[in-house]
Amino acid sequence: MNWIVFFKYLLLMAGVTYLIRVMPYVFMRKEVNNVFFKSFLSYVPYTVLAAMTFPAILSATGNIYSALAGLLVGIVVAFFEKGLLVVALSSCVAVLFIEILQRFVF
Amino acid sequence: MNSFKKGFTDGLPIGLGYLAVSFSFGILAVAGGLNVWQATLISMTNLTSAGQFAGLTIMVSGGSIVEMIISQFIINLRYSLMSISLSQHIDKSMKLPQKLFFGEFHTDEIFAVSMGRPEKLGRKYFLGVIIAPYIGWSLGTFLGAVCGEILPAMIVNALGVALYGMFIAIVVPPMKHSWKMSIVVGIAVLMSVCFAYVPGLKNISSGFSVIICAVTASLFGALVFPVKEEKKE
Repeated sequence: MNWIVFFKYLLLMAGVTYLIRVMPYVFMRKEVNNVFFKSFLSYVPYTVLAAMTFPAILSATGNIYSALAGLLVGIVVAFFEKGLLVVALSSCVAVLFIEILQRFVF
Repeated sequence: MNSFKKGFTDGLPIGLGYLAVSFSFGILAVAGGLNVWQATLISMTNLTSAGQFAGLTIMVSGGSIVEMIISQFIINLRYSLMSISLSQHIDKSMKLPQKLFFGEFHTDEIFAVSMGRPEKLGRKYFLGVIIAPYIGWSLGTFLGAVCGEILPAMIVNALGVALYGMFIAIVVPPMKHSWKMSIVVGIAVLMSVCFAYVPGLKNISSGFSVIICAVTASLFGALVFPVKEEKKE
């Protein structure tokens, strides 16, 4: 990517993120106790990650079949709460397995 | 053990975890058309996971300035709450310059271990705790980006799913334990599918659609299923 375009985006990303972290650290004196606001923020990470993952994951690999395999295996392993790394690697292996199968078997 | 060492020890496992997560970020960044240094620079200046990933998507698709600002604001807004909590948990060695510096390093995991400490924390602890995570995050991105450039396409494809895999690992367990969470996440996913396939909605850029899905579902959750007070994550 062109460095000038890149820096424009980087400055915005890093700047906004820094301000969000530091402003309340420096200026806020009291805890936030609003249940609605706290609930909203407690849901945000999960809804963001879910919306980013699905359906985008379906077009993340070479084809939809390997992507589906990665998704399903990921969900099953995550259901058994195996931790970030194990889930991620299982997904990767599933994708690789299907892609190899498609290339060399079918 | 002095506070620096305590911090460093707390940060070490976080750093190792970050190494792996950011590795897949590096892979995706290079796959999206950034070079190794750009990918690494993003991690060195942002130190977020979901935020960086959303930012990367917007960069790669040539999204607008407004889109970038709003997405980073919403996705990273939770850090402001963490910063507020942490501001009650620090000692007198943390003055304005220290706050301006260490504030940059508030991540979910660093927040969790810091708040887990019973005593008020000072600059030595924070200096210790941020080292391994920061190095892990930056180095992992660098290594992932380098590997993304040299590994064959099939391997890169497979590794590209890793970050999604980690997101799944974060989202699924709370859904399993709470049907309320399942409904809220379900709404976000359903909306996200609409934004991907329904004509008209399809034209809305991915950065905005993620925000609309997440905000709507989270608002619904906060209204219908307010979360009772919980002290730690």
